[in-house]
Amino acid sequence: MVERVLLKDGFSMASVDLALNQGTDSRRYGGLVVNNFSIKVGTVNGSGSQSANSVLMRTIFLMGVPVSGKNLFPSNIAGLPTWFTIRVSKQGYMAPKGDTEVLVAMNAETAAEDVRGLKPGSFVLFDEPLKLETMRDDLVFYSVPFDKLVVPVAPEPKLRKLLRNMVYVGVLAHLLSMEMPAVEAAIGKQFNGKKRATDINVAAVRAGYEYAVANLPRSRFTVERMNENANKIIIDGNSAGALGALFAGVTVVSWYPITPSSSLIEALSDYLKEYRIDANGKATFAVVQAEDELAAIGMVLGASWSGARAMTATSGPGISLMAEFTGLGYYAEIPAVVWDVQRVGPSTGLPTRTAQSDLLSTAFLSHGDTKHPMLLPSSVAECFEFGGTAFDLAERLQTPVFVLSDLDIGMNHWASDPFVYPEKPLDRGKVLSKEDLDRLGSFARYRDVDGDGIGYRTLPGTGHPNAAWFARGSGHNEKAQYSERPEDYISNMDRLNRKWETARAIVPAPVVERSTPDARIGIVAFGSSHWAVVETVDQLRQEQGIGADYLRLRAYPFSPALQQFIDAHERVYVVEQNRDAQMLQLIKMDIAAADVVKLRSVCHYNGHPLDARFVTGHIVLQENASQENVSKEQK
Amino acid sequence: MAATPTPKINHIGLSVIDYRGSKSTLCAGCGHNAISERIIDAFYEMGIEPEHVAKLSGIGCSSKSPAYFMGRAHSFNSVHGRMPAIATGAAVANHMMFYIGVSGDGDTASIGMGQFAHLMRRNLPMIYIIEDNGVYGLTKGQFSATADLGSRLKSGIVNELPAIDTCALAIELGATFVARSFSGDKKQLQALLKAAIAHNGTVLLDVISPCVTFNDHEGSTKSYKFMKDHEEPLQDINFVPSFEEINVEYEEGSGIDITLHDGSKMHLAKLEEDYNPVDRIAALTRLAQARENDEVLTGLFYLNPDVPSFTDRLNLVGRPLGTLPQSVTRPAKSVLDGIMEEYR
Repeated sequence: MVERVLLKDGFSMASVDLALNQGTDSRRYGGLVVNNFSIKVGTVNGSGSQSANSVLMRTIFLMGVPVSGKNLFPSNIAGLPTWFTIRVSKQGYMAPKGDTEVLVAMNAETAAEDVRGLKPGSFVLFDEPLKLETMRDDLVFYSVPFDKLVVPVAPEPKLRKLLRNMVYVGVLAHLLSMEMPAVEAAIGKQFNGKKRATDINVAAVRAGYEYAVANLPRSRFTVERMNENANKIIIDGNSAGALGALFAGVTVVSWYPITPSSSLIEALSDYLKEYRIDANGKATFAVVQAEDELAAIGMVLGASWSGARAMTATSGPGISLMAEFTGLGYYAEIPAVVWDVQRVGPSTGLPTRTAQSDLLSTAFLSHGDTKHPMLLPSSVAECFEFGGTAFDLAERLQTPVFVLSDLDIGMNHWASDPFVYPEKPLDRGKVLSKEDLDRLGSFARYRDVDGDGIGYRTLPGTGHPNAAWFARGSGHNEKAQYSERPEDYISNMDRLNRKWETARAIVPAPVVERSTPDARIGIVAFGSSHWAVVETVDQLRQEQGIGADYLRLRAYPFSPALQQFIDAHERVYVVEQNRDAQMLQLIKMDIAAADVVKLRSVCHYNGHPLDARFVTGHIVLQENASQENVSKEQK
Repeated sequence: MAATPTPKINHIGLSVIDYRGSKSTLCAGCGHNAISERIIDAFYEMGIEPEHVAKLSGIGCSSKSPAYFMGRAHSFNSVHGRMPAIATGAAVANHMMFYIGVSGDGDTASIGMGQFAHLMRRNLPMIYIIEDNGVYGLTKGQFSATADLGSRLKSGIVNELPAIDTCALAIELGATFVARSFSGDKKQLQALLKAAIAHNGTVLLDVISPCVTFNDHEGSTKSYKFMKDHEEPLQDINFVPSFEEINVEYEEGSGIDITLHDGSKMHLAKLEEDYNPVDRIAALTRLAQARENDEVLTGLFYLNPDVPSFTDRLNLVGRPLGTLPQSVTRPAKSVLDGIMEEYR
């Protein structure tokens, strides 16, 4: 029974605080709901709704309440439907809630469908001409004449279109009992203190607020001040990754624009221009917009070969184009940092929707025997951290390293603790200087001197007659001389495998969170799935009495800790955002054959960020199936 | 004639042996080997430290040749048609070196056309040599996109598509030093290579380099015989490097004198009346004309020493980006604190 309630996409009464009873809708549908609901705003893209939604989210943030926002936008510049969902969660859950309790319907095209999807007891704030109030009798409707309200605020008709959206922020401030000073502070932040923009937006918000105070009763959904955001920042993962690169001393950036990675390089370019011009006005960096992704990765390899900390950022289609060069980078052993801000499939797929579906194609990108370290950040803080770690690893391991973020982390705004300044010195890897060569006389580029599979390299420009080596693919001996001898090839390939084991030992280790001492099941997840999984662990324990330990992968190749985690559990659920269970397939290749049967899969692939109800529901279903199998066997 | 006697030691004290590479594995008589020799001589005579040269190539017979000259220079044999990207990254990471790229007609005019175009457009400071023989040698003799209309393979197959003129394209796209030569024209090729070393910007040097195995027969327009019969040099080129004194006086009106970026001088003795290589439109017109008339025009087609190179435009510090220390590349903690404050 309990499972059915959970799986049914129903309005969760458990989340409603029944202690208070206020107003008509409260009496009818339940009491006040404090800091535990979800807002969905349906607008048209290009209408300035992004500013309004950012202000809304920041207002809640400034009131000290845990909040997260997801922008669901189309692959289009103006005129198509777009939604923004905000989750207000006193428990601090950051994944989407799944349910919507508060709908702001501004888009005629989607309003009816959005209303149909609501649970009873939700409320709808809508643009008067849409006349939604007759659609259902189990919802609370608030009609607002946005066009009328915006006229006195903005004399110019052009501005009105943009400011209409700010009006709903004011209406919501009243309906959700938000503090107006917090709204105004959020507007100031949004418009960076620019007086004219701030003033007119504040006026729009006030127009909405005053109308609402005079005409509409407060709703039973309430934002109440907490103190959970002291010292916190709000930032998107792409800006965080850019900052990571900045503080890792990136010197060469080459890129080709592609959603959702473009904003990473754009942010980085801005930071570099601001913080990396020396006292003489000269640049200590170069950013090159390449003709395509083939050139972007080629420039990164050329620059890294010459000693630069070089990177690019792209998404799935760009990764495909980088395949050939990545193989050369692997075999010639040239560092490279490549960010893959993952999205759904091809450019004519859902390029503005999120996914974790480039795992297999990236892990083995290119031809021949190739495999590449991948870092899997799950938060903006890890985007910052791995933005630096990736360079240390690439230079230490002399190989392309991929950072697999995704659209959800990369483009959505997240509250986070401020980033920690990296005190550890940059690891520039094994590079021989002229002085080293004076001492050594000569060197063999691909000789495994230290037993870790990693040779020593020199950089072009090292002024020593024995510094030069010839970079090419796998057809070489230890001295980088051309060779097609089978022994040379095997020895090189085996050394590359030793290097892979070195990588395994130095990439970021997984994070294990124990649930109950006797937890029989485990969950493995990574990246943006993390936020749904932490909530699922709580739901399983609180609602099902199931203890589930959680291992969050942070890198590939996998640490031995993954095998130990699987050993310690009866069933292990691998949660990921793709259809083909790509992470599960990678894990299968790595673990003891007898353990493969323990693996279960939870795959989410609708393009929207993962929510805990989905994960919990699928785990419970499979757990029940396992129990049934056990009982059948016992009979 | 400027008599430049070949000294045993160049002006930086190195002998020609210091500029040699490993033994060529290309076919005996391959035009590419002659080009490697000219590169060795040019860098030796110009007194460029081989340690400050980087050699780059794509894939194909041509692209193997960097192994056969300047063994003391770093080299990167990359992937097919993508040498320009490697060169761009390297030149940006270390803008204080000489870059020489060796490509072929297949590597450039087919698979590498996109990157070729953008390299020319950027005016990256490098010498880009196309060892141009009209066929894919390493895959045994298929036509490339520079094969002339009507030329014939050994098997009798006739090329039915027009050739791409890489020189005209390079001028159109923004290269600032564009020339064509012939691997068998030692004097012209040598002079052009030395001038190329003196230039700051993209040098596109298309060198007709016969393939003795697959494209040196009757019916080929890229054979030794065809070239000897049809080569039409635009000028007689004399190059005087910046570190040498000019010891020959040219009669006024006998040609054009050009000063290169590093102060070297070039005297172009007129073989063809009124051709001035600093005139971009004239260069394109003359190449179009040569195409109409089936002429194999060689010489310096276009030169503009005054355009800033790609790395000039980047406003870089006076040392290679690749070797900047952490003290320069990692901003202070106070910077991060300030940025965090902005995100609060």
